Amino acid sequence: MNKIAEKYSGDIEKIIAKYPPEQKRSAVMSLLYIAQREDGYVTKHDINEIAEILEMTPTEVVALVGFYTLYHDKQDGKYRIQVCNDLPCALRGADEFLENLCENLGIQVGDTTEDGLVSVEGVMCLAACDKAPMFQVQTGDGLKYHEEMTVENTMELIESWKKEEKK
Amino acid sequence: MTELVLLRHREIPKINQLDVYKKNGGFEAFEKVVTSMKPDEVTEIVKTSGLRGRGGAGFPTGVKWSFMDNNNWPHYVVANADESEPGTFKDREIMESNPFQFLEGVAIASYAVGATEAYVYCRGEFWELTHVLDEKIAELEEAGLLGDNLFGTEYSLRIYTHLGAGAYICGEETALLESMEGKRGQPRLRPPFPPSYGLYGKPTVVNNVETLTNVPLIITKGGEWYKSLGTEDTAGVKVFSLSGRVKKPGNYELPFGTSFRELIFEHGGGIIDDRPVRAIMAAGASSALIVAEDKALDTPMDYASVRELKADLGSASIIVIDDTVSIDWVLKKTIHFFEHESCGKCTPCREGNYWMNHIIERIHGGDATHDDVELLDSVAKQIENKCLCALGEFSIQAVMTGIERFPQDFEIAVKN
Repeated sequence: MNKIAEKYSGDIEKIIAKYPPEQKRSAVMSLLYIAQREDGYVTKHDINEIAEILEMTPTEVVALVGFYTLYHDKQDGKYRIQVCNDLPCALRGADEFLENLCENLGIQVGDTTEDGLVSVEGVMCLAACDKAPMFQVQTGDGLKYHEEMTVENTMELIESWKKEEKK
Repeated sequence: MTELVLLRHREIPKINQLDVYKKNGGFEAFEKVVTSMKPDEVTEIVKTSGLRGRGGAGFPTGVKWSFMDNNNWPHYVVANADESEPGTFKDREIMESNPFQFLEGVAIASYAVGATEAYVYCRGEFWELTHVLDEKIAELEEAGLLGDNLFGTEYSLRIYTHLGAGAYICGEETALLESMEGKRGQPRLRPPFPPSYGLYGKPTVVNNVETLTNVPLIITKGGEWYKSLGTEDTAGVKVFSLSGRVKKPGNYELPFGTSFRELIFEHGGGIIDDRPVRAIMAAGASSALIVAEDKALDTPMDYASVRELKADLGSASIIVIDDTVSIDWVLKKTIHFFEHESCGKCTPCREGNYWMNHIIERIHGGDATHDDVELLDSVAKQIENKCLCALGEFSIQAVMTGIERFPQDFEIAVKN
């Protein structure tokens, strides 16, 4: 049984319909995002299912997970805070922001908090160079930008996630 | 002040709503071309306008369209919305705030090259924006401005978004096409170029978002009008993304030929804490480092004039560097970026950036000797002209010019 095909059949049909019938493979990137909806990362099982749906080999699918940075092959925090600290953002305090945020959370850059809620990492340019410090938050449901941030309002944002979890 | 061409949302509130866009002439250009012009005539107007690609390469847009192979069908148009160059954030503002003008540009380009299907390749990080674009496209279908038999003619067009997943290299047009085909985004060997062998092996025009957003007004007001803006070398207007150590970073739409000084000091409000400006990168992280002396500051920003400074204007992403940072640190940042973003296909780029990253870590960390600076320069020169795509070249511009034009910074780094 193909769990992804069954559970998301409507979404998958719509995605495949964007491309010529003989080019189903073009849907693979969107299907990998669908796979991440469940746990925030792509499992081996997902790889096989996507390969089956799109008539690709599992190797071809897994190669994409490794190549593109927004796909993950292991579970990190439920909320991935991805701080841009490329040159333009770093000229406006992004490195200090990233360091201070991690210090406040008691983790190293690239690590996850003990409760498994938040991971923090430095990432490449997010096309928001005039709004630094900024980051995107990636969850299984997608991505959201947060611009002109401070450590304080970021900690408040994290608190709001914690409350959400307790509900 | 003249009327804005691209960032019209700053003058016309709510132009991101279809009724407001239409009230301001929206989709009249598309209707005009579909109902009263031949595709070639549209391409001719764009050729006359002098419009060149705004993604960085500056290739004449109309000429690109005219290269489409008419013996091989179907044709595709792909809008390149993979904006990922450090320092570039213009396409995002255009699509967020003036989305219909961009989509009308896609539609006109599609008509001009006979495409009935067009795609917008958005970088994965533009997740929210892509969902908004999907809604805008659905609205256009609802309004009969996209879909079958447009304006009562035989012409039909559909536009789809395609979401990437985080890879700078996919901004390179053939890597983008590979990515769209469900593969790793690695550049193709060229020729053949996309207008003869593009998406699914079919003739394809790949144009940057800003490029396409110019098109509706060029059709409405004419090629000569657009050509009259800007300079003799570089026609038209440009959205300059200004970032780094300036008081007011942001996007500024200005005619080509505006000086660096005007952009940085008048529009950008000058340098934070009024410190001295030391260096300018005119094309994002891919730039040569320009020494910010008076002559450079007074240089008009068009392709030819910036080339005289031994630099490129590229996508006009101006990163301003003051005296609070050292150039070896700047290189650490740019090398780290390219090391991370190298797709791995060409050995000189993949290995070269890996080793440059090690060497610059040593230099910036104070563990280097003078030989390491020479070594860094020599690795950069070994990457030069040896890669399939421009990423390899981009990765060494700041390295080679940084060492050449700011030697004192490296002496200090090595001494310490």
